[in-house]
Amino acid sequence: MNNPLLKVDNLHQHFKISRNFTVKAVNGVSFEIFPGETYGLVGESGSGKTTIGRSIIRLYDPTSGEIIFNRSKISGTLNNKTRRMLRKNMQMIFQDPMSSLNPRKKIGDIIGEGLDIHEIYSDVTERNAIIAEMLQKVGLSPAHAERYPHQFSGGQRQRAGIARALVMKPKLIIADECISALDVSIQAQVVNLMKDIQAETQCAYLFIAHDLSMVKYISDRIGVLHLGYLVETGTTEEIFSDPIHPYTKSLLSAVPCPNPRVEKFRRPVVYDSSNVNYSAATVQKISDTHFVLL
Amino acid sequence: MNEKIILSVENLDITFRTNAGLVHAIRGVDFELPAGKTLALVGESGSGKSVTMKAVAGLLDDNATVNSGKIFYNGLDLLTLSKRDLRKKINGQQIAMVFQDPMTSLDPTMTIGAQITEGMLLHQKISATDAKDKAVELLKLVGLNEPEKRVKNYPHQLSGGQRQRVVIAIALSCEPKILICDEPTTALDVTIQARILDLIQDLQKKMGLSVIYITHDLGVVAKVADFVNVMYAGKIIEAGTVDEIFYDPRHPYTWGLLLAMPDLDTTEDRLYSIPGSPPNLLHEPIGDAFAARNRFAMKIDEREQPPMFKISETHSAATWLLHPDAPKIELPRELRLRLERARKAANL
Ligand SMILES: Nc1ncnc2c1ncn2[C@@H]1O[C@H](COP(=O)(O)OP(=O)(O)O)[C@@H](O)[C@H]1O
Ligand SMILES: Nc1ncnc2c1ncn2[C@@H]1O[C@H](COP(=O)(O)OP(=O)(O)O)[C@@H](O)[C@H]1O
Ligand SMILES: [Mg+2]
Ligand SMILES: [Mg+2]
Repeated sequence: MNNPLLKVDNLHQHFKISRNFTVKAVNGVSFEIFPGETYGLVGESGSGKTTIGRSIIRLYDPTSGEIIFNRSKISGTLNNKTRRMLRKNMQMIFQDPMSSLNPRKKIGDIIGEGLDIHEIYSDVTERNAIIAEMLQKVGLSPAHAERYPHQFSGGQRQRAGIARALVMKPKLIIADECISALDVSIQAQVVNLMKDIQAETQCAYLFIAHDLSMVKYISDRIGVLHLGYLVETGTTEEIFSDPIHPYTKSLLSAVPCPNPRVEKFRRPVVYDSSNVNYSAATVQKISDTHFVLL
Repeated sequence: MNEKIILSVENLDITFRTNAGLVHAIRGVDFELPAGKTLALVGESGSGKSVTMKAVAGLLDDNATVNSGKIFYNGLDLLTLSKRDLRKKINGQQIAMVFQDPMTSLDPTMTIGAQITEGMLLHQKISATDAKDKAVELLKLVGLNEPEKRVKNYPHQLSGGQRQRVVIAIALSCEPKILICDEPTTALDVTIQARILDLIQDLQKKMGLSVIYITHDLGVVAKVADFVNVMYAGKIIEAGTVDEIFYDPRHPYTWGLLLAMPDLDTTEDRLYSIPGSPPNLLHEPIGDAFAARNRFAMKIDEREQPPMFKISETHSAATWLLHPDAPKIELPRELRLRLERARKAANL
């Protein structure tokens, strides 16, 4: 097997709120993402998904643990060279396409921002050609470059967000609930688009979501997060056909099934988390790829 | 159908005045809600679901014009009532609405208790202490723990799921007959979503409520609905019982919605998606508004709007494919397989 593109080892991210209160958002999370792969990270809101994404892209300083990306250590103090490498090769797509796009800038300039910062083109013609190509790739038209974010639908704005991330030809894209705010039918369009782009560019995704339904269609492997702990990880096949952790089972069963006669009689599995203490649990190996915290 | 019809909407047509021009948001909507039943209104964003139901609840924005239509509640045409009578007798009391984002319907500066009792004190002859007792009871009913303490809480002290329960408690405080839920669980985690849906169903049984759900999630529809209306570009394009819509859909748009639903049982690794996007209703669509996205569209779709074709007593769809002279088409393979799987799982 080749080397992982991203290796997160025993990541802790704590937020000190006051002298005697600390939010332990992420507790000893470890996983790897290989080049060209999609790793799905799922868990209920507040489980620490966004925090993990932000620690990896270094919007936060990890409290402890090690993160290796593209063979460089990116946890701890960053030198300029590493910081530049990180900025270019890792991009993020956010949940709310509106708030993540500057409303006063034209879509073309929003997409071109990264190109401008890293001076990736030789002249304006080349810059605009790259932007036009990007717009087409995500299913928009080159003419859209002249429009402002508010002139787009939610699905179109999310496409623009993807174009902005892609233009840098990153090796890893962190997609934080990037389809959660969209209609189910538009979610399908965006997921298919992300898969097409991956097939073409071999970029890897960290695909963050709060439920498992769409994750199945895009992920090679999945990690299930609960209360800041990675409670189970495995291939998509393993998570869906052989879930071990009771929290994974409850997440799976909470997805409503679009079949009225089945759905009306189905009782979702309820997981009572009021007395769990994951800090005392240990990781059990189920297969070479499947691990559970029990 | 011999059930009593508690709500019936006929030929509703609504436009909005905007800076860019008139938006023809609702273009002739008809439907009925039998008393005690649950109706789901589904369709993509912008199809007119919220506007239709805001018209029913008397909550239309000020720039709206109702060009035509009747909304009968227990035989009374709500559109002939004055705003004042509507507010005094119908809104909130007979017909209550719960919105997607609980934060927008809660007042951050008022305690939960004050917000629940507000409507009761206004509309019912009830003492302040009785109202307070009832608020505690309602919070218990919607499943909030420690209701005596909760009445003194402010909205920000509650989680998203708890807030939505409070909004439901407020909606129920005046014992309405119809509860309209506009995407009540879209902003919530799936596990919490399941509990809120169970709660509403439970309350429906206890209080004999008639419920209307607005949602774009067919999984939710399958769980809660007796009847389904599918909306597209300001019209209902297919209507039927929940079984008819899920096991025998007839409109290509409904097919697209069903196929775009993730199905945990397939090994298919690609999702179908409806190509294109809904039309901009600033410009009146000519012919069938869905034609541009419909791979089965025929010449006539470009010129003429299809009428509702009747399939059964309860099932109808607006597509020229149902015209007796239309060529017989073969269902897309993926859809055929999916419907077969669905019927088999349902023992049909
Ligand atoms: N900057 C921050 N300061 C303090 N607490 C935070 C901060 N960011 C997140 N948290 C807390 O960390 C936990 C995990 O949050 P988050 O990573 O946003 O979860 P998710 O994305 O899974 O919903 C939550 O309890 C949240 O309130
Ligand atoms: N106050 C308003 N002014 C102008 N247009 C509006 C207003 N409210 C709704 N609309 C338009 O009416 C159409 C239907 O909206 P809505 O009923 O909210 O859709 P849905 O609930 O199905 O997502 C959309 O095109 C929307 O932009
Ligand atoms: Mg998050
Ligand atoms: Mg709506």
